[in-house]
Amino acid sequence: MKNEFSRVEEKLFYGLAALGALVTAVGLGAALYMEHHGHVVTGMNNQIVWGLPHVFAIFLIVAASGVLNVASIGSVFGKAVYKPRAPLSGLLCIAMLAGGLAVIMLDLGRADRLVVAMTHFNPTSVFGWNVILYPGMFGIVAVYMWTLMERRMYPWSKPVSVAAFIWRLLLTTGTGSIFGFLVARQAYQSAVLAPMFIIMSFAWGLAVFMVVQKVMYGWNDLALHPDIRKRMKNLLAIFVAAVFYFVAVYHLTNFYFAKQVAFERFILVDGGIFPLLFWGGWLLAGTVLPLLLIFVPGLAAMRGSVTAASLLVIVGAFCQLYVFIIGGEAFPLEIFPGMTVSSSFFDGRIDHYAPSLPEFLLGLGGIGIAFTMTVVGVRVLRFLPKDDLAKLGAAGSLSD
Amino acid sequence: MSAPENKRRAFLAAVGAVAVAPGISLIAPSQAGTAASSAVRFGMLVDTTKCSPGCDACVKACAAENGLVEPIADLRQGSQWIRKIDLVDTATGRQHSLPMMCQHCAKPPCVDVCPTGASFKRADGIVLVDRHICIGCRYCMMACPYKARSFVHQPLTTQNPEVPRGLGCVEACTFCVQRTDRGLAPACADACPQGAMLFGDLNDPQSAIAKRLKEVATTQVRADLKLGTGVRYQGI
Repeated sequence: MKNEFSRVEEKLFYGLAALGALVTAVGLGAALYMEHHGHVVTGMNNQIVWGLPHVFAIFLIVAASGVLNVASIGSVFGKAVYKPRAPLSGLLCIAMLAGGLAVIMLDLGRADRLVVAMTHFNPTSVFGWNVILYPGMFGIVAVYMWTLMERRMYPWSKPVSVAAFIWRLLLTTGTGSIFGFLVARQAYQSAVLAPMFIIMSFAWGLAVFMVVQKVMYGWNDLALHPDIRKRMKNLLAIFVAAVFYFVAVYHLTNFYFAKQVAFERFILVDGGIFPLLFWGGWLLAGTVLPLLLIFVPGLAAMRGSVTAASLLVIVGAFCQLYVFIIGGEAFPLEIFPGMTVSSSFFDGRIDHYAPSLPEFLLGLGGIGIAFTMTVVGVRVLRFLPKDDLAKLGAAGSLSD
Repeated sequence: MSAPENKRRAFLAAVGAVAVAPGISLIAPSQAGTAASSAVRFGMLVDTTKCSPGCDACVKACAAENGLVEPIADLRQGSQWIRKIDLVDTATGRQHSLPMMCQHCAKPPCVDVCPTGASFKRADGIVLVDRHICIGCRYCMMACPYKARSFVHQPLTTQNPEVPRGLGCVEACTFCVQRTDRGLAPACADACPQGAMLFGDLNDPQSAIAKRLKEVATTQVRADLKLGTGVRYQGI
């Protein structure tokens, strides 16, 4: 029986690795196509300068930071239930960070100048900080995983985990501040974006972790202990609710400022696809439904409710980022307040963005990279979270 | 040389100075091989009361001077270093027309955000992009409050040898640096049939632009951002 299962698993591994490699290859092909023809083959333009690839990339990078939260809760805050999950959390962090960075880099107008980006540093640029923060994250998480998986390194696990925890807070602050430091556009220029991105990372990262954990347990014929499941889903609910709070504060603040009202109306009421994605995608599908699936007894008891809630949080995340990034750019710059403007450069006009196939495939390629790294990682090393239920029960760690 | 001949030469020189484009006599040419001087702050004054709504002579002159001539299917993806904006005051109905380009800020957001330092400000205040180290991230385009920058979306074949441009890089008005370094005014200023664009050294109290700025009320666009724009507008 054991051998039979292994053979099935073996076949599945090669199948999944091949699928991941194929998606990655298609993504790389799309990047090459864009590189060769220029961004003229994308839906991006001089108004909407960042498009669908950035939605994928920022999701992956933010979720990468957040997925390490699982490890931090175990190592930094000493919650025993989360400790066996730390290695998988680290692997997912590295995999998603790699996928997200690959998409950002391959979308550059001059992707061939990666070395220039590494060797020329502008200290006033938030992007410049990220050139240090992102590779630093790889290094710290790699060392962290070493301290988790190599017995001789165990004593170093705590200080390294604290360093990783602080580093990823800085990293996500940096990602939020890419937008927060922009004075030009109505959608951004807000200090709340940095903490908002941090809390978004917690929710999205945990959602990704829950899905991956579920799939891995399924392959290994294991089931998550109901008490652990309950703890993790409750934590997910807290993070989802916290994201709701930050988004509400962001929009309510804007509504209070007369100069921002037109922008808010556009995003929330009459902006076409953007209000639809905001209310239907982020709020209903990505926030309300997951909370219902977690807390309403009848729904929570349903098989797969937590996985469904996690997947919905991920769907909501993409909707939220699309509204935030694309919607924020589609709204025209207010260069002359109090005037209606028109020009050959589409001043004063709401831009319409239609993502092209290569852009979508490049973004998907980033997920392909993260997926392939995860599939290979869990195959070659022991990442499956194994709970010592007797020990956890004795220590009273299974329930709050 | 006789005294009458000297007078004749002086007269011819004076006539020549008047006859050539007005910009020539306004600024001193840079010495070849010397760096831009921080003693100079180049700027422009646009008199919107003279600017005609239907006229785009400045836009055409910029395109010809800087080689911005490639056709592109989606105009939103094409480069526009200078554009004409028509404005209507929503409260009063008063109309204006003006050229908008890089405002050559004293504190340019595009320079702050550029990860590699490709966006930079010359000592004389001209904001430029170093095409050798621009990686095409477009963060500067997100940061510019004037929508002054364009990203080169398609391969180019018709560049002006004096104006480096290339696929995948960001670009914007350079105040025709290839001209200003020779002591000429930018092409747009020279081409304006109304003489509505006055270019010169803001730091030189004797320059025409400095004198004019002292006399008339002018506006910096998005003055609330306190970017210290090098381009000022009269009449809005």
